[in-house]
Amino acid sequence: MSLSVNIVKTLGTFTLAVSFESNDGILGFLGASGTGKSMTLRCIAGIEKPDSGRIILDGVTLFDSEKHINLPPQERHVGYLFQNFALFPNMTVRQNILSGLYRQKDAVQKKKILEDMIGMLSLQGLENYYPSQLSGGQQQRAAVARILVSRPNLLLLDEPFSALDSFLREQMQAQLADVLRVFDKKVILVTHSRDEAYQLCSNLALLDNGHILRIGGTKELFADPGSRQGAVLTGCKNIADARKTGENEVEVPAWGVRFTTVQPVRDGLKAIGIRAHYFNPKSGANHYPISLVEEIEEPFAWVITFAYTGQNPDSPPVWWRIPKDRRTEVIPGELGVAPQNILLLYE
Amino acid sequence: MKRGRTGFTSVLLCSYIERGTQMDWYPLYNSLRIAAVSCIIVFFSGIFAAYYVVRLPRLIKGMLDVLLTLPLVLPPTVVGYFLILLLGPGHPIGAWFMSVFSIKLVMTWYSGIFAASVVSFPLMYRTARGAFESFDETLAYSGQTLGLPNTYIFWRIRMPACRQGILAGAVLSFARALGEYGATSMIAGYIPGRTATISTTVYQLWRTDNDNLAFKWVMVNLAISATVLLAVNMLEKKKTERWAVK
Repeated sequence: MSLSVNIVKTLGTFTLAVSFESNDGILGFLGASGTGKSMTLRCIAGIEKPDSGRIILDGVTLFDSEKHINLPPQERHVGYLFQNFALFPNMTVRQNILSGLYRQKDAVQKKKILEDMIGMLSLQGLENYYPSQLSGGQQQRAAVARILVSRPNLLLLDEPFSALDSFLREQMQAQLADVLRVFDKKVILVTHSRDEAYQLCSNLALLDNGHILRIGGTKELFADPGSRQGAVLTGCKNIADARKTGENEVEVPAWGVRFTTVQPVRDGLKAIGIRAHYFNPKSGANHYPISLVEEIEEPFAWVITFAYTGQNPDSPPVWWRIPKDRRTEVIPGELGVAPQNILLLYE
Repeated sequence: MKRGRTGFTSVLLCSYIERGTQMDWYPLYNSLRIAAVSCIIVFFSGIFAAYYVVRLPRLIKGMLDVLLTLPLVLPPTVVGYFLILLLGPGHPIGAWFMSVFSIKLVMTWYSGIFAASVVSFPLMYRTARGAFESFDETLAYSGQTLGLPNTYIFWRIRMPACRQGILAGAVLSFARALGEYGATSMIAGYIPGRTATISTTVYQLWRTDNDNLAFKWVMVNLAISATVLLAVNMLEKKKTERWAVK
């Protein structure tokens, strides 16, 4: 059970060139808007045709520019959940789900699958509603039901939570995660939310400007994004140019400090990143005096921006996020960072 | 009365008017069947033209669009002239039909269908095209990924979603076909009881000073047009209520 994708597609000045292999589990595509995440999904589903390359799903060639193979979407057995869910507006929830059962000819079987799916996604009582009469969350459940009854071998989720308000989002994330576990499908989830990516995906691909920066286990990628764009995509607030000064030491000229690291520093280091919640006044290592710039209150945390004493005045202040219950009355005069929390960025 | 003219048509016309003052309903029947048949022709040809033109590259799209919309802005007499050039007995298509099927394409009741179809086609084509252009393509894509055949997607998803524009186009073309005069009078002429339609009858009655009868036909025409538009409005309202946003 595997997916292998290696495609190139040019659209005006933008070139998409992605290549990856994926086995079971949920693979996340994390990237800003316009980096080619959805385009990749569209190519896999057969809605868009790549200029060249190959797409193979479970041993079946879906697309091969050299062999002139380009299966129509109907024959790919790839489910696609669109951002707006794309429920047919002229059909009720029941009719929408039945449209996913078009290939199933046995009427008894059809009815059973329909009833099971309505139960599984708790759509009871909504069968005869039209999509416009449903809430965003209900629409999503109906759309997921419609796709799952069509028995896809691969499920593509295109920013599935972006059309929902934030209140509903977390609830739907949990629900979708449950449903996906039960069905045990191979899934690709496109998102620009690192929270979604972290919570739902076992593996992650970081996309930037039409190519994959890095692909790997989600936790490993967050712990070591490897590049500037990767650090930004995984939500790192503090990134600064740095150079190697020792096997386990880097210098950050703009901040006027040197940090020791746990990871050995390789040649070609370009920058370092420190996540906003990694600063700690009690940490013994990498301790430097600071001066307060500004305090910003968030619902459950304080963001304290500061400058190192030797910091270049042109460089932007550093962000420190601390939960409200851990904040002390007086801002400490010195802050440290644990050596394992220095992200080494090479591109 | 302007009865000084001679000739076959005039003789027929005079005998027709002298037959009595009660109405001969043939023009109504003829107009309705011409409008109905041409509406069906234009409905399908307009939809398919619109569907394929939307998908063409921009340059070809622009050129084809001009060609398909031209009958809307050309004087109907020019359209009639072109039709005679094509369908007249001495011209390519007309001569072929005559020699192979022994069918005359001009000066018969169905000649009006050709005229009405050509003139009302752009209305159907343009409204259908507008509807197709505002269609959310992700609906079609999701249908494809669900394994639905393209014909199913077209008839069960795209058409219902675009029904408002398409219905409007069909009604406009029907109304236009019903009111077609210029091209019809050139290609079908005015033969009472054979090619007479409401619009040509009104003109002939007025020309021959039979204003009373002309006025009656005008009222008939108004009644039909108003009824058609009203019916569509009601139908439309019912349908939108069913899919209404809550």
